[in-house]
Amino acid sequence: MIKFTINGRPAEVDADPDTPLLWVLRDDLGLTGTKFGCGAALCGACTVHIDGEPVRACSRPVSEAAGRRVITIEGLSENRSHPVQQAWIAEQVPQCGYCQSGMIMAVAALLKERPQPSEAEIDAAITNICRCGTYARIRKAIHRAAGTSVPQKG
Amino acid sequence: MNRHFSAGAAAVVILIGALAATALRSAAQSPASADRPVSLAAFDTVARVLTHPRCQNCHTQTGYPRQGDDRHPHAMNVQRGSDGHGAAGQRCTACHGRANNSASGVPGADEDWHLAPLSMGWEGRTPRELCLGLKDPARNGGRTGAKIIEHFDTPLVRWGWNPGRRADGTLRAVPPVAYAAFVTAAKRWLETGAACPD
Repeated sequence: MIKFTINGRPAEVDADPDTPLLWVLRDDLGLTGTKFGCGAALCGACTVHIDGEPVRACSRPVSEAAGRRVITIEGLSENRSHPVQQAWIAEQVPQCGYCQSGMIMAVAALLKERPQPSEAEIDAAITNICRCGTYARIRKAIHRAAGTSVPQKG
Repeated sequence: MNRHFSAGAAAVVILIGALAATALRSAAQSPASADRPVSLAAFDTVARVLTHPRCQNCHTQTGYPRQGDDRHPHAMNVQRGSDGHGAAGQRCTACHGRANNSASGVPGADEDWHLAPLSMGWEGRTPRELCLGLKDPARNGGRTGAKIIEHFDTPLVRWGWNPGRRADGTLRAVPPVAYAAFVTAAKRWLETGAACPD
């Protein structure tokens, strides 16, 4: 049995230690907000937090979560009140929405380390892919959550 | 007065004697001696490893890591960051875990995945530059000979010989010298004066 904390509650799963954390979250714990995108730790759709750090859950064996605190999109806030979630709603960021839970988790982690990130810091940290191409609104929402303004081009 | 003079003279004689002995010892240990060809041959073996993509992809001279046997810039705009452990909010460990991941093909080691500091960037260097950099404490993280050998025993360095498979199932290339032979060559290079090619 592998034990860890999921969204503030204890979890105990009977899984092969090499099982990707993503499958344990979705299939064993029923937390389907975290998505499978590329399966190669590139697109970021499966981003969760382990001990506060953003991690690609498709590429992390559940054994590495043992004894640690895992937060998924379902546990980012009780009632969608996290500033990043609020900004996402205000800017109407998602289209299909598939990538957005990973995107929000990545941005929440960035803002914890860099409450007012520069454009370069956003570019370096938020490498998640959005197939709908909502990047302009994602950037606006990051600035809204950070309380900064989007730099004007040209 | 006389006693002082005698004591001073004796001290000078002892000092000269000590200097002469030191000079003799250095001559015996100098890489310019018969050990030099042995030392150079050993370094040649070391350099064949240092110039391999498994080492150079993280010992870069750039603001980003490289990846693949063709040493292309790391996908997804991955950055070096201020401490070589990735950007704020996206550390190397966001994707690289404690072991090679068979599900995703992402490599990992039992140590936080990270780049070597820029001072230890090896790409594009001649064997002589590599050699001088490797033994220069100002550029090698303040490492003495023993500490250099210790570095070769870290999980990230050892990973170079166990780089695992890519997502498509193909094996990553390993350095052209076996790990044990590499460490033996590095020790021999250091023991024989750490000679550098001209």
